[in-house]
Amino acid sequence: MRRTSTPAPRFLIVLAAIALAFLLLPLIGLLLETPWRELPALLSSQAALEALRLSLVTSILAALFATILGVPLAWVLARKDFPGQRLVRGVVLLPLVLPPVVGGVTLLTAFGRRGLIGQYLYDWFGIQLPFSTAGVVMAATFVAMPFLVITVEGALRSIDTRYEQAARTLGASPRTVLLRITLPLISASVLAGVVLAWARALGEFGATITFAGNFPGVTQTLPLAVYSALEVSRDEAIALSLVLLAVSLTVLVSLRGRFLGGRS
Amino acid sequence: MNKAVVAALALPLALTGCAGKGNDATITVSAAASLTDAFTEIGEAFVQANPDTDVRFNFAGSSALAEQINAGAPVDVFAAASPAAMQVTTDTGSTSNPLTFATNSLAIAVPPGNPANIGDLSDLSNPAVTSVICDERVPCGAATEELIAATGLALTPASLEPDVRAVLAKVMADEADAGIVYRTDILAAGDQVQSVAIPDDINVRNDYWIAATTEANDAAREFVDFVLGEQGQAILRSWRFTRP
Repeated sequence: MRRTSTPAPRFLIVLAAIALAFLLLPLIGLLLETPWRELPALLSSQAALEALRLSLVTSILAALFATILGVPLAWVLARKDFPGQRLVRGVVLLPLVLPPVVGGVTLLTAFGRRGLIGQYLYDWFGIQLPFSTAGVVMAATFVAMPFLVITVEGALRSIDTRYEQAARTLGASPRTVLLRITLPLISASVLAGVVLAWARALGEFGATITFAGNFPGVTQTLPLAVYSALEVSRDEAIALSLVLLAVSLTVLVSLRGRFLGGRS
Repeated sequence: MNKAVVAALALPLALTGCAGKGNDATITVSAAASLTDAFTEIGEAFVQANPDTDVRFNFAGSSALAEQINAGAPVDVFAAASPAAMQVTTDTGSTSNPLTFATNSLAIAVPPGNPANIGDLSDLSNPAVTSVICDERVPCGAATEELIAATGLALTPASLEPDVRAVLAKVMADEADAGIVYRTDILAAGDQVQSVAIPDDINVRNDYWIAATTEANDAAREFVDFVLGEQGQAILRSWRFTRP
């Protein structure tokens, strides 16, 4: 990325500094409160390790499902004209603004065992999504997918479609155009979307506790473990928060340079 | 005490507009989730009797409330569902002279029609039954643990909820076949749940404690007196809490 040499107006620097301080201060507060000496013991507890493992597994699965389903959705939204398109786009983005707890309630009405689809899953196959790890993945996918969809849709709208048209005139099938031209052109954006979706899934709390409940090893992800720990031991809650922060920061920093258009 | 953490813990209060100490006529009450209905009614009665005061409630799990108070949340009155949760705040000097004002005991809540045919507590150790209980770190969970330990059953809960109303919500939504809640919660849920009684000889009793925080104003102490007084006690009775 080329950097501009325009001098920055002073008010811009001031506001940027305030923004940074606003984001950094809570983190500094957390670091100051961290019980460093007890940290190894707090983090090697079985509950902490289980929560970490569960968080990693479910957030990666959620990012995967969000990608498999979200990229096609983004393509349709970007490339096809159909009645009610604006409404559909609004609905797709709804989980971004919906309070996650409300998201959890809506998931219950659809996939709970008395829900629209859930009742059949339960009555016919005995499948109960709430209180299961699958439920955690669903809740995380629900809140994370919009991040992927907007990122990819934006990329699809901004690429030069002449490459695709050229491929078509040369006889490539729509599938070949998609796989050989379109996807390679937007690959950086897709990766950015995947990372955003994964990060959102990792931090997911409200929809998960509402839809999937809270049980160690099954549905208790790191954010839920932090919340449970906060009831009794702030040290434990802070230690667990630190893990969540460290994991997210490592991934975001290491990927940012590579894929998200930062300085590489 | 680190200010950032205090701010984070106090955020829910700030969001509900509970500025607390500035205005003498505003009382901020942090109360156990199981007191939601009874205290809301007591609050209305108190405001009616004292028209120039305003009562604001923050209902949640007692342990979380105790943590908030210790972290400096602007709270005037704390009503906890267990002496242990109250002790957490008296130990740090955040509250003093707590008094017990009500008792409660546990019951099994089941969805209307009792679809899983729960007959007694032992049915909750059947893995085919989806049961939810409180996290052992909140009073209703501690009471549940005590109950389970006394009966020697091996329960297989699907979820450990952060407060008793979350357990109730899962049963009301018919996602759980059974949940262990307070007896009083069954009444609060109306016809959305049914109750399966737990026999008195094994049931666990829990005491509710109330105290004004050390920095509270006189109005807060009046509220405590009101809860302990005739009118407050009558409202608690009407929600099936018993006298200590």
